[in-house]
Amino acid sequence: MVDILKPEEMYNSIDYKIPSDRWEDVPPDLTLGNFCYPTKKKNQEYLGIVAKDEWSPADEDWKLPENWEEIIHEGFKERLDKYRSLKVFMDICVRCGACADKCHFFIGSGDPKNMPVLRAELLRSVYRKDFTTAGKILGSIAGARKITPLVIKEWFSYFYQCSECRRCSVYCPYGIDTAEITMMGRELLSLLGLNINWILEPVANCFRTGNHLGIQPHALKEMIEFFCDDIEEITGIKINPSFNRKGAEILFITPSGDFFADPGTYTMMGYLMLFEHIGLDYTLSTYASEGGNFGLFTSSDVMKRLNGKMFAEAKRLGVKWILGGECGHMWRVINQYMDTMNGPADFLEVPKSPITGTQFSNAASTKMVHIAEFTADLIKHNKLKLDPSRNDKFKVTFHDSCNPARAMGLLDEPRYVLKGVCNHFYEMPENTIREQTFCCGSGSGLNTEEIMDLRMRGGLPRANAVQHVHDKHGVNMLACICAIDRAALPPLMDYWVPEVGVTGIHELVGNALVMDGEIERTTDLRFEPLNEEEEQTDE
Amino acid sequence: MNVNYFYSLLAVVGLGSVAYVGAGVAGLQGVFGIFIPYLAVVIFISGFINRVMGWARSPVPFRIPTTCGQQKSLDWIQQNKIDNPSTLFGVIIRMFLEIVLFRSLFKNTRTEIVGDKIAYKWVVWLWLFAILFHYSFLAVVVRHLRFFLEPVPFFVTFLEQIDGILQVGLPGVFLSGITLLAGAVLLLLRRILIPKINYISIAADYFPLLLIIGIALTGLMMRYFTKVDVVKVKELTMGLATFHMGIPEGGLSGLFFVHLFFVCILAAYIPFSKLMHMGGVFLSPTRNLANNGRMKRHINPWNPEVKFHTYDEYEDDFREKMIEAGLPVEKE
Repeated sequence: MVDILKPEEMYNSIDYKIPSDRWEDVPPDLTLGNFCYPTKKKNQEYLGIVAKDEWSPADEDWKLPENWEEIIHEGFKERLDKYRSLKVFMDICVRCGACADKCHFFIGSGDPKNMPVLRAELLRSVYRKDFTTAGKILGSIAGARKITPLVIKEWFSYFYQCSECRRCSVYCPYGIDTAEITMMGRELLSLLGLNINWILEPVANCFRTGNHLGIQPHALKEMIEFFCDDIEEITGIKINPSFNRKGAEILFITPSGDFFADPGTYTMMGYLMLFEHIGLDYTLSTYASEGGNFGLFTSSDVMKRLNGKMFAEAKRLGVKWILGGECGHMWRVINQYMDTMNGPADFLEVPKSPITGTQFSNAASTKMVHIAEFTADLIKHNKLKLDPSRNDKFKVTFHDSCNPARAMGLLDEPRYVLKGVCNHFYEMPENTIREQTFCCGSGSGLNTEEIMDLRMRGGLPRANAVQHVHDKHGVNMLACICAIDRAALPPLMDYWVPEVGVTGIHELVGNALVMDGEIERTTDLRFEPLNEEEEQTDE
Repeated sequence: MNVNYFYSLLAVVGLGSVAYVGAGVAGLQGVFGIFIPYLAVVIFISGFINRVMGWARSPVPFRIPTTCGQQKSLDWIQQNKIDNPSTLFGVIIRMFLEIVLFRSLFKNTRTEIVGDKIAYKWVVWLWLFAILFHYSFLAVVVRHLRFFLEPVPFFVTFLEQIDGILQVGLPGVFLSGITLLAGAVLLLLRRILIPKINYISIAADYFPLLLIIGIALTGLMMRYFTKVDVVKVKELTMGLATFHMGIPEGGLSGLFFVHLFFVCILAAYIPFSKLMHMGGVFLSPTRNLANNGRMKRHINPWNPEVKFHTYDEYEDDFREKMIEAGLPVEKE
């Protein structure tokens, strides 16, 4: 791993001064620490996509296939014919610059190619040369440029410096969505075998084992049982969740990060406690054991191949509907792609909460409900016994994850849940939340160690807003509804605002939930004393 | 000087000279007054249709609206029906506000580093310049219908009354002509002076602005300074509109033909340029779709057959371990 600057040095290094060279003449920085490691060939082979022998982005010669220009040209053409979004977005940008300073990577790095408009121009300039009359005749005067191996390098560098968060799209007068541009760019790179390992390894794992981490069925069961032991120790209640059980009413699917990595694991415990408390008839699946979908960051075909397991497993088990856990891009896939790709889910029923009788008509077709919708409905109907004072040591703020915010609009449900389970809740500044929220800096498969400098820069706008409420209200806990956030925000907070922790909202639900027959709780789900302040005063 | 605006300026000056010399000096008024305008109209209409049809030929495989407010979910949670529409009506309102009021631009902010804080300040300038420019342009275009319609429709005279509300000068000053020039100049200055915007600008960004500045300048000069013979202009334009083509006796000034030629170039240029945003804004899938992906199935016409990893394959892979762990299996 490459050492990175100290926070203060990094902050002071941000410079929005525009370079004197034209952007076309500035080569991408592909020195160690500035690129994601390429994927191992075995992952590509396993998935049956274009495979490439070992290489490094730092190499001078990337040894592209002989007909690489033709591959890119044909691939581009195919995508223009398949996606109106791409075609329209290539043609109508007026370069007004409204998006320029909306990207967290630009704000944190000052690199002009991280302005969304220039990120799109990387592709658009080639489009003009290959597909427009003016570009063919006038060349660079019309903003066209011929594709070269250096352009491919530039694409690789900058399409893996975009987290597909869609913030720029909010401000664009035409809604031009850089996520769409980046997705196309990554698909084109993938046609040359240029994938990154931090995306493709989880994809290959997920394809085989059902989850990104490659947890095999017996190990998954053990992990969950381990959480149940912890829950028993904390609450005195023994939970026995079922796996792959046919005839359950509900299939519950959550990102596998919740099985494995703190603090996601505490959120997992929160789910288990909630379901036990309300007596939900549900099952977990080891086959469809991943809510997330790194296929979204690879190609639409790969996304479909991974997503297909959810409906397939729901059908095999004969459940009525599917409940989904806290995850960001998972919900972009479910809300915007799943039913189109793998529906219709006519073997399922319109979701109805067995506890409150509420019918989730907004999920009438996919038959999949977000846990925040489900829990908000429970709290609204007074179905949960809650003691929010158990979360009193936390002064909480809420980070809207990009995808639930801008590809769904799940904004008030998690806030309602939070306000129901904790007493101290503070919003970050208006320009940094809800549809204007900032990415954690590590979304869309960029949560990898080797680009820590970029991740800390990209996460700066979020961290800076947390710093604001930390200074103003003493906020010490950042709640979120995304597994990538739960993995990416802790190092981000350690770096920029070390006094702030990170939690999923169902961890706080688990803390506050007064379960039937529980023993008196002395610790929270992290085995830390319920009230730190009191302890300190006692001393 | 930046080559991008140099080329654009050169092109506009060159085109103006061509018309001035061609129609004014060489006397090719038939070419510049009749042939080229018809050609420009044909290119504009066919090019515009062709471009829009080209977009329409590509399907919208996925429902990908950018949601900018609370979704429709539980009954008691207030949905933002405009910024996160779930119905066609909501989409229409969203698109209407976007197209008529440039709503997203209105939200624009500027990011600044102030000490140890990153601040986002609301900035209205881009929105203001854009509104000024586009509405002035619209008013000018509508006013010019006077030259192509007889009798002059009521809405044209009505607009002229509003546009001339200042009642100064003779002939009376139309605000829209001046604000069009001002809007275009402000947008141009913004492009030249703000380093970030300058850096992203290409020749195709300067050219239409300079061309429109050329149109506005020649128009203003004719109306207020050289006092073009409006009766003769109308004779020419009505001839074009009614297909009774002819150049009025004695011809028209070179300046008029520069103006007309610029307009022709602009019309013919639109379908091949970013100015197609006037059509494309209606077709942007992130804005013109309802966020109802979970309510109603959206169909992808090319939905591909892909290779899944089936449960059976999965169980074959892990059966022993599953049985050992007490997990249910399909085949013992």
